[in-house]
Amino acid sequence: MDATIDIWKVTKTTLFYLLVTAIVVIAIFPFYYAILTSFKSGTDLFRINYWPTSFSLANYQQVFTQGAFPRNLLNSVFVASVTVILALFLAVTASFALSRVRFRGRGILLMTILAVSMFPQIAVLAGLFEVIRFLGIYNTPWALIFSYTIFTLPFTVWVLTTFMRDLPVEIEEAAIVDGASPWVIITRVFMPLMWPALVTTGLLAFIAAWNEFLFALTFTVSNQTRTVPVAIALLSGGSQYEIPWGIIMAASVVVTVPLVVLVLIFQRKIVSGLTAGGVKG
Amino acid sequence: MANLQLKDIRKSFGAVEVIKGVSLEIESGEFMVFVGPSGCGKSTLLRLVAGLEDITSGELKFDGQVVNALTPSKRGIAMVFQSYALYPHMTVYENMAFGMTLEKGHSKEEIRQRVERAADMLQIREYLGRLPKQLSGGQRQRVAIGRAITRDPRVFLFDEPLSNLDAALRVATRIEIAKLHESMHNTTMIYVTHDQVEAMTLADRICVLRDGLVEQVGTPMELYERPDSMFVAGFIGSPKMNFISGKLAENFNAPTVGVRGEHLVVKPSDGVWSGSVIHSENLGSDSYIYVDIGTDEPVVVREDGGKKHQSGEQVQIAPMDAALVHRFDNAGKPIR
Amino acid sequence: MRQRAVAARWFLLPMMIALAVVAGWPLARSIYFSFTDVTLNDLYGAEWVGFANYLQIRTLESGRVIYRGVLADPAWWNAVWNTVRFAFWSVLWETILGMIVALVLNAEFRGRGIVRAAILIPWAIPTIVSARMWSWMLNDQFGILNDLGMRLGLLSAPVAWTASPDTAMLAVLVVDIWKTTPFMALLILAGLQMIPRDIYEAARIDGVHPIKQFWAITLPLVRPALMVAIIFRVLDALRIFDLIYVLTPNSAATKTMSVLAQENLFQFNNFAEGSAQSTLLFLLIALFTIVYIWLGRVNFDAGDR
Repeated sequence: MDATIDIWKVTKTTLFYLLVTAIVVIAIFPFYYAILTSFKSGTDLFRINYWPTSFSLANYQQVFTQGAFPRNLLNSVFVASVTVILALFLAVTASFALSRVRFRGRGILLMTILAVSMFPQIAVLAGLFEVIRFLGIYNTPWALIFSYTIFTLPFTVWVLTTFMRDLPVEIEEAAIVDGASPWVIITRVFMPLMWPALVTTGLLAFIAAWNEFLFALTFTVSNQTRTVPVAIALLSGGSQYEIPWGIIMAASVVVTVPLVVLVLIFQRKIVSGLTAGGVKG
Repeated sequence: MANLQLKDIRKSFGAVEVIKGVSLEIESGEFMVFVGPSGCGKSTLLRLVAGLEDITSGELKFDGQVVNALTPSKRGIAMVFQSYALYPHMTVYENMAFGMTLEKGHSKEEIRQRVERAADMLQIREYLGRLPKQLSGGQRQRVAIGRAITRDPRVFLFDEPLSNLDAALRVATRIEIAKLHESMHNTTMIYVTHDQVEAMTLADRICVLRDGLVEQVGTPMELYERPDSMFVAGFIGSPKMNFISGKLAENFNAPTVGVRGEHLVVKPSDGVWSGSVIHSENLGSDSYIYVDIGTDEPVVVREDGGKKHQSGEQVQIAPMDAALVHRFDNAGKPIR
Repeated sequence: MRQRAVAARWFLLPMMIALAVVAGWPLARSIYFSFTDVTLNDLYGAEWVGFANYLQIRTLESGRVIYRGVLADPAWWNAVWNTVRFAFWSVLWETILGMIVALVLNAEFRGRGIVRAAILIPWAIPTIVSARMWSWMLNDQFGILNDLGMRLGLLSAPVAWTASPDTAMLAVLVVDIWKTTPFMALLILAGLQMIPRDIYEAARIDGVHPIKQFWAITLPLVRPALMVAIIFRVLDALRIFDLIYVLTPNSAATKTMSVLAQENLFQFNNFAEGSAQSTLLFLLIALFTIVYIWLGRVNFDAGDR
């Protein structure tokens, strides 16, 4: 009797771990294979291997020496950083007002912000193009910083509002009694309490800006002003058979590794930030 | 130090009126306690005085100056909150100094002296470098009081400061606050609680609130001895005053009479009321005997500790003195 | 307290101006463009043409009726069909697989941290990068997936996954499901973790079978979170652009509304028609957003001041 139960238990555990293994392998294999490919060069590239067989840095060398890729990388870092700083700056004060002060129309305003974050980017593309031409920032990083606000700002406002709502009221009242103005409350009482939330939202907004493609494709046209997603998307050879896969994979690994490292370091915070933005409301 | 005048203060949240016209004077240096059951508006009234809520109508004066439109800090108040409300990311020193650093014109040295003086008063000097999370509940509440002292307020407000502490700490901190009042006898203090023991032990005067209105204001003994209504009579004093009405009260020529348990005695015969003992509690110093004389709730009689009564025992009870019987009319007002 | 309301207004102002400039005004202009004959080179010389970009019915002298405009364009309806098809299948599979992954992560076992870290990787990889990684893996000649399929005997000959019209949508779906299931799993997991453990203990004591437990307890209790996550994903899937643009360029079998609109706006010099198409997509998504807010029963005023 006991033996049969044990067998059933062992089978169940085995099946469970098979499932777990399958999930892990499927999740990481494409990235693993991209890394594997990025270290191959010449004809090695077209030999299919499941394990590392050769090691060459030629692709990486080419990525960093030929073409505008280093410049693209700088553009991406600049655009994403400035976008995040701007969004956080605007969002911190706004979410204080939205979470802490009772005023008429607050519900509608929050609803509007949520709706904007659901906007299809294509719906504003034509109008944004006009504004960007009007401002004279077409084909500059500022065009992207400007347009990325459309998704980073609602997102940061939303997450920070849900977070600030949970800060105890009495701490704020103690600060009011101490003579703190709303600005002092935000900068000297709430901000220090919120920095984990700020880091999380900032990181998520950074990733979103780093990965953005449609605006970057539309509002920049020269190699010097493009960001990495566009650069990688447009890397190609003369024909289908000349696509420089090794270089593409090397560039992909370069832009992805920092993200993966950041995500793994902050994984707990990111998970809570994602769910705060998505489910909690 | 300031005297406060509240003139027909009202407060509504939307359509709901919470404070329905409160007029009250608080003397300079007085310790005033607002007491009442939950929902009576005592905390709201305190927050109106503090400036944390806007007054809907009426006038609030500090030393004759209308302060309705002033911010809490301009009013010169300090407040101790129920949950301590310390800034978690600041040390005890920074917590206490924060208010002063925001005011212009205090030198670092002056701030340090004020913080240290307050810390000495509360014996928390050794904790000045710690963060709130490294302190116990009682220590945190002392820091919160210290933060208020440092601000050197005209009016010192307490919003149920003891209710998050356990029973032993509650008594210790209560004594601490009483001592504080003695040493700061120039500072007006307002203290909100639902606990009548705190009210009786701390107050110079007590203001009993009920449904957004003042029920009675007076010294603790005035409220105890001459309650202005059945509500006050029942609220002040422990155990609760016994109310006896209908036929059982006819002897006293009133629809209802109230007698405190400590003013009743058990007699073998010739009592005013008779009944059977339901239960007796022995607390050591006192014992409480619950007697069913035909009222809805049993009558409580306080006797000295150690006296024993069996459940079911037939006893007679009577007031010690006719003067200790409070007579009330049908509206709950005293007949004097 | 009055000062707070004044301060609140100042605090909100920069954000509201920013949103008006980057979202409100461009949206209004895009919609306006869709009713004009605007071109990419002459944004300001546009004239009002009414609904002509959407639908124009003209009767020729011969009596033949000609329909023009987006709503009479088969390429548009093909894109609508592709978008809806893509949204339906991707969200369906992401929900099923996301639920499985979430249930696994909700169980306590050794190595749970590793699994959670592993599934964050597809989420962290930029869409463009994952599109290129997969198109390399799906390559007809040198792709590892064809090789794997043939070694395992699943395929008899290599397949041009991304180029062939029959399999292009499948390829897009696989990549999207791979990339987005983690997000779904994390949202569902958050919902699962809100279910009190003692409910399961009570069910175990009552002898409820684990499978019955899932249908009778887990699913109903996680449904609010699940519904919100699904609508969230549907909205995202309906606006898909980058993955398709890179993985299956110029394939009619996968071209979605966003891709078609972008091409018309900036590549084919059909600015006005592109605007009409993007406006139609906006209307579709607005409809779903309303559903989302309604289903989410978002409570804005709970427990705060």
